[in-house]
Amino acid sequence: MLRQKWWKIVCVILLLYTVVAGFLGSVPAEPILNETIRNLYFHVAMWMAMMITLTVSVIYSVKYLRTNKHVYDIYALEYAKTGILFGVLGLITGSVWARWTWGSFWSNDPKQLGATIALLIYLAYLVLRNSMTDLDKRARIGAVYNIFAFAMLFPTIWIVPRMVDSLHPGGMGNSFNIEMDPRLREVFYPGAIPGWTLLGVWITTLRIRLQLVAERRHP
Amino acid sequence: MLEVRQQYTFYGVLLYVASTIFVLHLAMWEPEGPVWKGLFWMMMLFICVNAVAKSFLQEGKERLLYFYTIAGARDFILSKLLFNALLMVVMSLLSVGLFLLMLGDPTTQVWLFVLLSMLGGFSLSLVFTFLAAIAARAQQSSALMAIMGFPLVIPQLLLLNKASTVAFENVLQGGFGSMILLIIGLDVLLVAMAIILFPFLWKD
Repeated sequence: MLRQKWWKIVCVILLLYTVVAGFLGSVPAEPILNETIRNLYFHVAMWMAMMITLTVSVIYSVKYLRTNKHVYDIYALEYAKTGILFGVLGLITGSVWARWTWGSFWSNDPKQLGATIALLIYLAYLVLRNSMTDLDKRARIGAVYNIFAFAMLFPTIWIVPRMVDSLHPGGMGNSFNIEMDPRLREVFYPGAIPGWTLLGVWITTLRIRLQLVAERRHP
Repeated sequence: MLEVRQQYTFYGVLLYVASTIFVLHLAMWEPEGPVWKGLFWMMMLFICVNAVAKSFLQEGKERLLYFYTIAGARDFILSKLLFNALLMVVMSLLSVGLFLLMLGDPTTQVWLFVLLSMLGGFSLSLVFTFLAAIAARAQQSSALMAIMGFPLVIPQLLLLNKASTVAFENVLQGGFGSMILLIIGLDVLLVAMAIILFPFLWKD
């Protein structure tokens, strides 16, 4: 299915829809947030895409440990890399947003710190892999660490930042506790989340193919 | 376990604890509550890196092979976890004692803090035991320990630090129970991960 073209076309259309509707569509005017609420389509959707790609990566790591097939290891690695890319993008879009609502790009908010720690944990995964030369060993230990890192993702992103006071929407002291407006819903669920996720899958499949070709050339 | 026979490591760590606290005593005299607390948890972190990281990194290839022949992977990791947890609980008791002796006592509920530090030592030892097991398989393992370890313990340390504020104030803060539960939940998760994943690291 992934070799076919239709889903790439769907991806481009969804992203076009997201960008056009995201910048031009009407949005509810919330206090504090105002027009920056449009960042929902980019920032929040990118974190969602990150969670999805990292989940796929963990599934491939588990598959690798069960079957010992080398391809699964490449899949896990490339999905994790794409996840890290989306994480970095999410952090950047988040801090651009923070510039206009909180007043500065970086204000040591618990959410920002949690996200940075999570990214550091995943960057350690890449370092760990590079520190080993033996292919089998690298794959096995990488897979073990990947599963472990994914388990640690939940406390760092989902649980701990929620237990302390944060200015981030959804937390206390901000106006976005209410239900999502239907106008936002129309773009966010059908457009932004699948759009960015499909883009991630596209990038990853390209990288996986590149990796496989490179390995065939230098076995 | 063989560790009991290698007592010089134990005394080495002990000396490390004592001399660090003595240096802190000379440098800081009697610090305020928040500083005291922060210093304490940093101390615990470095004790843990020193004491627990050794458990895998110092074993030679031959000895690991010997363990491999006499015990299953699950038993092995469980006994390692248990031993390191006990070691760290003892170490945290000792360092709380020395801290109180040398840096004064800014707490209002000492026993609560003692209990919290035991819990903290226990959870830190679990993280580092598992990380040491991973890092021991790679080259340049001590540098890797630092790279992998520090981001992983930050959430735990933050939680512990926040939870232990309670011991410094008379007013009971909300959310204390849920923080403790979260730390214990994290410990359970770590033990489960170690038991499930360690067999894959072990066969070589």
